[in-house]
Amino acid sequence: MKVNGVPHPAPVDPRRLLSDHLRHDLGLTGTHVGCEHGVCGCCTVLFDGAPIRSCLILAVQAEGHEVMTIEGLAVPDGPLHPVQQAFHECHGLQCGFCTPGFVLSVVGLLAEHPHPTPEQVDEGISGNLCRCTGYASIRRAVARAAELSKQ
Amino acid sequence: MTTRWFGARVQRVEDDRLLRGKGHFTDDISEGALESVLVRSPFAHARIKSIDVSAARALPGVVAVYLSADLPFGSTDLPILIPHPNLTHGRTQRCLASTVVRYVGEAVAFVVAENRYIAEDAADLVEVDYEPLPVVITPEVSAATQHLVHDDVPGNVAAEMLQEVGDVKAALAKAPHRKQLRLRFERGAAAPMEGRAVWARWSESEYRLTVYDSTQSPTSIRGGLAVLFGLPESSVDVIAPDVGGGFGPKIMLFYPDELLVPFAAMRLGRPVKWTEDRQEHFVAVNHERGQVHEVEVGFDGDGRVLSLSDDFIHDAGAYTPYGIILPIITAAQVPGPYRVPNYRVRFRDVYTNATPTSPYRGAGRPHACFVMERTLDAIAAELGLDRVEVRRRNLIQPDEFPYDLGVAWQDGNRVVYDSGNYPALLARALEMLGPRPAGDHVGMGLSPYVEGTGVGPYEGAHVQVLVSGKVVAATGIPNQGQAHATVWAQIVADQLGVDVADVEVTSGDTRKFKWGVGTFASRSAVVAGNAMAVAAGMVAEKAKHIAADHLEANPADLELVDGRVRVKGSPERGIPLAAVAVLANPMRYAFGGGTEAATQFTPRPRPGPPLADGEQPGLEATGYYSPTGSTWAAGCHAAYVRVDPKTFRLEILKYVVVHDCGRLINPMVVEGQIEGGVAQGIGGAFYERLAYDADGQLRNASFMEFLMPYATEIPPIEIDHIETPSPLNPLGIKGAGEAGVIPVGAVLAAAIEEALGVPITEMPLSPLKLYELVTRPS
Repeated sequence: MKVNGVPHPAPVDPRRLLSDHLRHDLGLTGTHVGCEHGVCGCCTVLFDGAPIRSCLILAVQAEGHEVMTIEGLAVPDGPLHPVQQAFHECHGLQCGFCTPGFVLSVVGLLAEHPHPTPEQVDEGISGNLCRCTGYASIRRAVARAAELSKQ
Repeated sequence: MTTRWFGARVQRVEDDRLLRGKGHFTDDISEGALESVLVRSPFAHARIKSIDVSAARALPGVVAVYLSADLPFGSTDLPILIPHPNLTHGRTQRCLASTVVRYVGEAVAFVVAENRYIAEDAADLVEVDYEPLPVVITPEVSAATQHLVHDDVPGNVAAEMLQEVGDVKAALAKAPHRKQLRLRFERGAAAPMEGRAVWARWSESEYRLTVYDSTQSPTSIRGGLAVLFGLPESSVDVIAPDVGGGFGPKIMLFYPDELLVPFAAMRLGRPVKWTEDRQEHFVAVNHERGQVHEVEVGFDGDGRVLSLSDDFIHDAGAYTPYGIILPIITAAQVPGPYRVPNYRVRFRDVYTNATPTSPYRGAGRPHACFVMERTLDAIAAELGLDRVEVRRRNLIQPDEFPYDLGVAWQDGNRVVYDSGNYPALLARALEMLGPRPAGDHVGMGLSPYVEGTGVGPYEGAHVQVLVSGKVVAATGIPNQGQAHATVWAQIVADQLGVDVADVEVTSGDTRKFKWGVGTFASRSAVVAGNAMAVAAGMVAEKAKHIAADHLEANPADLELVDGRVRVKGSPERGIPLAAVAVLANPMRYAFGGGTEAATQFTPRPRPGPPLADGEQPGLEATGYYSPTGSTWAAGCHAAYVRVDPKTFRLEILKYVVVHDCGRLINPMVVEGQIEGGVAQGIGGAFYERLAYDADGQLRNASFMEFLMPYATEIPPIEIDHIETPSPLNPLGIKGAGEAGVIPVGAVLAAAIEEALGVPITEMPLSPLKLYELVTRPS
């Protein structure tokens, strides 16, 4: 599988979750695990470009696919991706634990709807739980990300 | 001091790494650590007849399986964090249960293996033979039951406390009107997105234990580990790295893992880690909110409260590790922003066979607010008066501060409101709320509230200007998303006249600052924020003193601006702060970075020893702030809701918050706290419920069934601030962490009651609960 564009050898343990593989075998700890039953969305990664829950698939199922984690979104030390920048500007994160999952979900949302309506925004982030922000700032961040992506 | 940064919407310095996936949470640390799993009781109350770990120990990859008897501290009752004279029957659990378990989730064995998958397999092989015992789950039943949670606690009562101001009985008897209410609050859960986690390493050569813990109080954990392990405190480091939300329950002494992981690391000579899963988080991390109140109020024909009696039961759960702080806070906060001339409050803290309770955001305050606001709504209904007018007539007025409530507060002092303007909050909330939306089944709710914040005993800070001119600051209390690194940088930057980006804050790391209490009770900004100001102020004075010699000026004529110490009125006469930092450390050996300016053959401006008597090297200082008492924030929430009469779906049409936390350090951060708090309040009022069955099983211990709100359930919140500075601290600030959550239950209860025309006397609600209330025979 390719992770953030880099080819990696196949995982050896057949029952290893993709989330555990990314975090503990590849050291990509930006993918967080909040529930391990596919509800909270903290472990969201892009799988061939679309958001999925990495706690709900086995690492071996990712063989032959492209996975993007939060670490792959912006060049290290380079500018933030527009979605990351928008979360920063709009105070769209507090503790930061759910944030990588939200950011990647919003990347997926904007790929599908570059100018989302408020309903599409709520729908697009309604698979991710946040306990800190109350979502208001995240909604603002999505709108801002759409603007920044346009520029 | 300038106030360039204080009060500004400074964007957060902590965001960049969190957005790039470069955060540093406890489970992110591995370093070859062994992994571990706790075996937990599946019974709410049972005697342990035997435990067989032989199959678990035999599984390849298992390194150790520990039972209570294997632990040197196994027969020690864990500490009561906050002892109180009224807690006559306080009971705490042991690290691992060996004779009786008293709630589902109580730990009985600890498995350490080469990886988590093996540890989970081995945990399944631990055979525990339980003999089930009778279970008590409902607090009212516990108070009346024959079944005891602890054999030696009669009536299941851990504590009882009675306080009275005035003569409630006489005033009730004389009151023209009286009303009785029974109000019920069920348990709730904080449910931070990151569960708990612990990582530990023992270094024999350094004789040093290093523990990473997702705790809200690393300094206390350090002290407790040193005591239990017989180590000097100076050999224990505890670090709370990035913590993925706390909200209260991440402060304990101890959760079993907080002892077992360091113990195993010391015993096995390898790093060990433990990371909670969500299901065990639901049963093994402290809950909150279970209370039942019996209220009697006496009032006059204008709706003025003359006398209030509240007798309530608080659900302690199976143990009382946190003491009785929760019911003490509730008892203190029932009167809220209102004059209650005669007030009697009694509580009984009772044991049940459920997870122990300790503070969760709001910490007893939402219950208190619910009780008082439901009472005022009942008075208005009884007299046919406007609900707003009843509140207006009872509010404490701005000229009545300081206002002594006459009852005990959580710090051992009495409740004394320091400042506020409650009528202004009510007026502004109504103005923002605007006209009632058209349509049927619409209801309005509103609730002013107070929030005791900034509780002591103290916090401290260390601030140092480096020779680069950059500033580092540290405090003992950790951060769980409250933007500490930003707001404290703002305070320090103003004191030192530097850019906020040049201040780097570390918090919650005992290696950087070893003193302090913890992050809880809306206290960080007040207590640690003022400590930062004290320490940075001391550094500024020291900088002026050193610079004065070199500028041949009086320190009183100097100011710190734009990274320089300069003469007031002659800004060209100055010296960079970085150079002052160099001069603060007289040296023999220059090490670059301009430090040759402070070496021994460089002319010095004054005679005598390079370091004068009583001076210390380095441009640094440590300062502390210890409040005389809590400072009381306040606010008012108001909302319009619509309830679908067929599906009982709740639609929040408008929700407004006016908030007063004194001087605002960073309005953006405060608004984030409020928005998040309101969302938790809405969750706790209408969606989240811990569904225990009669056997003490938590039937919805997953995010699939415990309905935490998504974005689709949370409306936009409109926020405004008024600023009534606190006279109690130099910065004039009050806490803001719990403001969002306190009145939400009261607001939604009132609004739903009006929308549906049925009395609302309990929390949480749900579509099903509303259906039952509407359809049940009256």
